[in-house]
Amino acid sequence: MNRTYAFSQRNVKELLRDPLNLAFGLGFPIVLLLLLTAIQANIPVALFELDYLTPGIAVFGLSFLSLFSATLISKDRMTSFLMRLFASPLGAQDFILGYTLPLIPMALGQTVLCYACAAALGMQMTLNVLLAVLVSLPAALLFIGIGLLCGSVFNDKQVGGICGALLTNLSAWLSGTWFDLDLVGGAFKKIAYMLPFAHAVDAGRAAVAGDYAKIMPHLWVVIGYAAAVLIVAVVVFRRKMHRDNV
Amino acid sequence: MKNAIEALKLTKRFGTKVAVRDLALTVAEGELFALLGVNGAGKTTTIKMLSGLSLPTSGDALLLGDSIVKEPQKVKANNGVSPQETAVARNLSVLENLELMARIYGANKADARANAQTMIERLSLESVTNSKAKTLSGGMQRRLSIGMALISEPKILFLDEPTLGLDVLARRELWGVVKKLKGKVTILLTTHYLEEVEALSDRAGVMNNGVLVAVGTVEELMEQTGAGTFEDAFVALATRQEAIA
Repeated sequence: MNRTYAFSQRNVKELLRDPLNLAFGLGFPIVLLLLLTAIQANIPVALFELDYLTPGIAVFGLSFLSLFSATLISKDRMTSFLMRLFASPLGAQDFILGYTLPLIPMALGQTVLCYACAAALGMQMTLNVLLAVLVSLPAALLFIGIGLLCGSVFNDKQVGGICGALLTNLSAWLSGTWFDLDLVGGAFKKIAYMLPFAHAVDAGRAAVAGDYAKIMPHLWVVIGYAAAVLIVAVVVFRRKMHRDNV
Repeated sequence: MKNAIEALKLTKRFGTKVAVRDLALTVAEGELFALLGVNGAGKTTTIKMLSGLSLPTSGDALLLGDSIVKEPQKVKANNGVSPQETAVARNLSVLENLELMARIYGANKADARANAQTMIERLSLESVTNSKAKTLSGGMQRRLSIGMALISEPKILFLDEPTLGLDVLARRELWGVVKKLKGKVTILLTTHYLEEVEALSDRAGVMNNGVLVAVGTVEELMEQTGAGTFEDAFVALATRQEAIA
C-alpha cells in the first residue's frame, strides 16, 4: 500500500503542477459557465439556465480528466520513466490504482467547484446539488478509464488529438449540454443516447431537479460504460506491462 | 567469488528475428561488466531480460540465485535499472524523485527522506535538491537517473548507455560516480564509448547479431584479435561474419 500511495502521490503532483491542466480542468468550464450565464441574462428564452446548464458543464469538465491522465501515462511511456517503474517491484495493481485513484478526488473537487461557481451566479444550493455531485462519479470513472486506455495505447501527440480534441468535442456535442437534443432529434439524438455522455448529463439534471426516479435509468448506462471501459483499460495496461515495447 | 549474474542459454525472438541467441554469461559479484555491440546487436534486449522487463523466449538467468523466469519480483527487488533514456519524473524535484523511488522499493517516509538526502550528497546534487527534474541539464538529469537506480541500494545495477549524449565533462563526472560504486555493486553497463570500457570495466563482452562472440578484459580482447588498439579489436569482433550466419 505504501508503494501504491507513493506512486499515486507522484501522479497528483505531476497533474497539479502542470498549469495547462489547471487552466483546462478548472478554468475553462468556469469561464464557459460565466459566459453562457451572461448570454442567458440577455436573451428572452430559457436556454442556459443554471439548473439545466451546470450538470452539463460539470460532465464536460470531467472529460478533461481523460486528457490529463492519458497524457501523463503516455509521457511516462515515451520518456522511459514507466520502463524504470516496470523494472521495480511495483505490480500491475499498484500502477492501475496509482494512475486512477488520485483522479477521483480531483474529479469531485472539479465538480464541487463548478457547482460553487453556479451558486455564486445564483443557482439555489440544496441537498439535491450534493446528490448531483455524487451522481457525477460514474462519469468521472468513465473518463478516468478512457484516459488509462488511451494513455496505454497512444503516444502523447495522439492523446492530444484523441482525448484533447475528439473526446472533449464528442462529449460536449453529444451530451445535450449546449442545446436540447430534442431540438435536433432524429439520428443525432439516437446516437447521443447510445453513448453515455447525454445520460450522464440527464442524471445530473434529474438529481438537481429532485426528480429521483429519473436518475438511475440514466446512471445505469453510464455505470455500464464506465465498468466496460475500465475493464478494457486494465486488461490493455496489464498486457502492455508484459509486452516487450512498453 | 560468487556469481551475481548467470545467463543460461538466454534467447529472445521477435517473430522470426532472433535478437539474443543462447547467451551464456557469468558476472561475478562486485564486477563491472561492459556489454558492447553495434546498434541492434542485442545489448538492450539482454538488459531488459536480465532486469525482468522482458521475458526470454527460452533459457533463463539467475540473478543472485533467483530465476528471472520463475521469480521476477524477487529479482526486481535486488536490481536497479537506469534506462537508455533519462527516466525521471519531470515535474518532481530531485529530492522528490529520489524519495519516490526509495518508497517504491519499500522504505518508509522518514527513511526515504534520509536516503534521498544521502544520495544527493553522494552524487553532488546539493545545488539542485529542490529544482524540478525538467529544469536540470542533461548531465544532471542523467546523474539523477542513476541516483534513482541506486537509492534502493541494489545488489545489481544495470546501466544502459548511461553517458549517451553527454558532453565530455558530464561524461567524466559520471565516470567518477560509477567508479565509486566499483566493487560494492555488480554493474552491467552497455555503451558505445570504448574509452568508457577501458576506463571503467573489469571485463567486457562483445555482442554481434544477438550472439556474445567474445568475453575478456580489454587486454584479453585485444590479444584474441591481434589488434593494436581496443577500437580495432572491437571492430574485428563486432563484424565477425560467423556470428551473422
